[in-house]
Amino acid sequence: MSAATVKRPSGTAAIASLGLAILFVLSLFVGVGDMPLGRLLSDADALELLLVSRLPRTLAAILAGAGLAIAGLIMQTLARNRYVEPSTAGTAQSAELGILLATLLWPSASLALKSLAAGAAALLGTSVFLMTAHRLPPTQPFLVPLFGLVYGGVIGAAVTFIGWQADLLQYLAVWTNGDFSGVLRGRYELLWIGALMVAVAWFIADRLTIMTLGRDASVGLGLDYARMMQLGLLIVSIVSALGVVVVGMIPFVGLVVPNIVSRLMGDNLRGTLPVVALSGAALVLGCDILGRLIRYPYEIPVGTVMGVVGGFLFLWLLFRRPSHA
Amino acid sequence: MIRIENVSFRHGPTNILHDISLTIPKGGITALVGPNGAGKSSLLSLISRLQTLQEGSITIDGLPVDTTPNRQLAKVIAILRQDSIVASRLRVHELVGFGRFPHGRGRLTEEDRAIVGQSLQQFDLADLADRFIETLSGGQRQRALVAMAFCQGTDYLLLDEPLNNLDMYYARELMRSLRAIADEKGKTIVIVLHDINQAGAYADRIVAMKDGRLIADGAPAELLNTDILESVFGFRMPVEVVDGKPVALHFR
Repeated sequence: MSAATVKRPSGTAAIASLGLAILFVLSLFVGVGDMPLGRLLSDADALELLLVSRLPRTLAAILAGAGLAIAGLIMQTLARNRYVEPSTAGTAQSAELGILLATLLWPSASLALKSLAAGAAALLGTSVFLMTAHRLPPTQPFLVPLFGLVYGGVIGAAVTFIGWQADLLQYLAVWTNGDFSGVLRGRYELLWIGALMVAVAWFIADRLTIMTLGRDASVGLGLDYARMMQLGLLIVSIVSALGVVVVGMIPFVGLVVPNIVSRLMGDNLRGTLPVVALSGAALVLGCDILGRLIRYPYEIPVGTVMGVVGGFLFLWLLFRRPSHA
Repeated sequence: MIRIENVSFRHGPTNILHDISLTIPKGGITALVGPNGAGKSSLLSLISRLQTLQEGSITIDGLPVDTTPNRQLAKVIAILRQDSIVASRLRVHELVGFGRFPHGRGRLTEEDRAIVGQSLQQFDLADLADRFIETLSGGQRQRALVAMAFCQGTDYLLLDEPLNNLDMYYARELMRSLRAIADEKGKTIVIVLHDINQAGAYADRIVAMKDGRLIADGAPAELLNTDILESVFGFRMPVEVVDGKPVALHFR
């Protein structure tokens, strides 16, 4: 009966919320600038530091983490494959290509417009990936992530080539490696759109779960499969593009978080989706705090920390099979 | 009533169905039989709008399947495809519960929960309700899928080879359940069967297909005879009457 003794959704959600709350407070007080708790209200500089830098950075990490985890979850639903996520299947690379082209063609464009370009490119790139993924034989589940890696690699190579030609390689690094150190008030608020997308995803959670049963079952239950596919694509593209534009690419979040939650709680998204969002937020925020502490007072970008932490989590997932298998 | 008129269907250069016309009245069990590749599954897919109609027309209770909104049809007809795969980690009661989706579009009401409970009982799944689908045997999984289709609460239930993966006990149980559903709840069941004797024992009517055409249609007593079965399956099998029911000895 090992399969039945799984944690109750509410319990897991509570643990995730508590962990996130602790990390939230921790994040506000970890950093180079001096910000003693007792002087917060009397010391204008300390309060300024909190409101302009620490709080925005913390919120950015939470929003990006929740968004990326949900984007990964939806991508896995659309591709009907557990081993894909936006950063390994061409979505993030397409977004980079979009923002690079926008920067080249229209250097004075605002962050919002560059986000739009990144979003449009991500949508296009992800659509091509999914169309191809659906043609691959379902008997070979590892072809899909494999194809995604190659596809993302090819687009990434094109981005690097163009960036090199245009002498923008350093600029490019800002998007290819996620980093919250540049986040200040006024420079991260676009990520709230990602939070809105998470809310939309929760609203359509039942439909997304039905989609994991495949096209025939979805149509049989009266779902507009094509439209749901488009909506899912839109959410994945917007969230990924915003992530790339505002903080840069953070790998593995979309891969490991949904998989771990699925192991613990199953795939009924009505119950698991909030846990995925909370856990994604906690993971990214935790990695950012770690990056601030490891070489204190210097910082390690969250993308790098996540590369290591996420890699280990992924290996753990691969080696620790579910108990009933 | 399902009314199929002059339906032809092609897949690339291959003609899968040739000018099929068939009327299935409300109530009772209609079995579709025939050799592999006869077009049974394609016909079922067309009736349940999983495939797009190319030629001809199909209506269910007067609703044309190609123009009626998908949501509306989902309350009239439920289909279980052959070889449905559930790759997601869902518990049995969750999967069966999704059968109620066409009615509430998500949230389950008390009434929905009661229907889910009945469906689990009907297909002997109550003890397995909290198990993940992936931990079940092939036969248990198949029953969960049938229960999900039944839970949809439609007047018409289309089942494509639901006896696959079932052992003799559960094959018999499933056919008896379907018979009870048809008799007590007035459901119309169209079922693709490979075992001609299951069709003979439980169906009210047998429709035989071969090479995309209807070649025989009638009550089991009429249809189960050596000549007709030879024209369908391509070999002669003796048919004996046991307990008043025809039994084809196809294994001889």
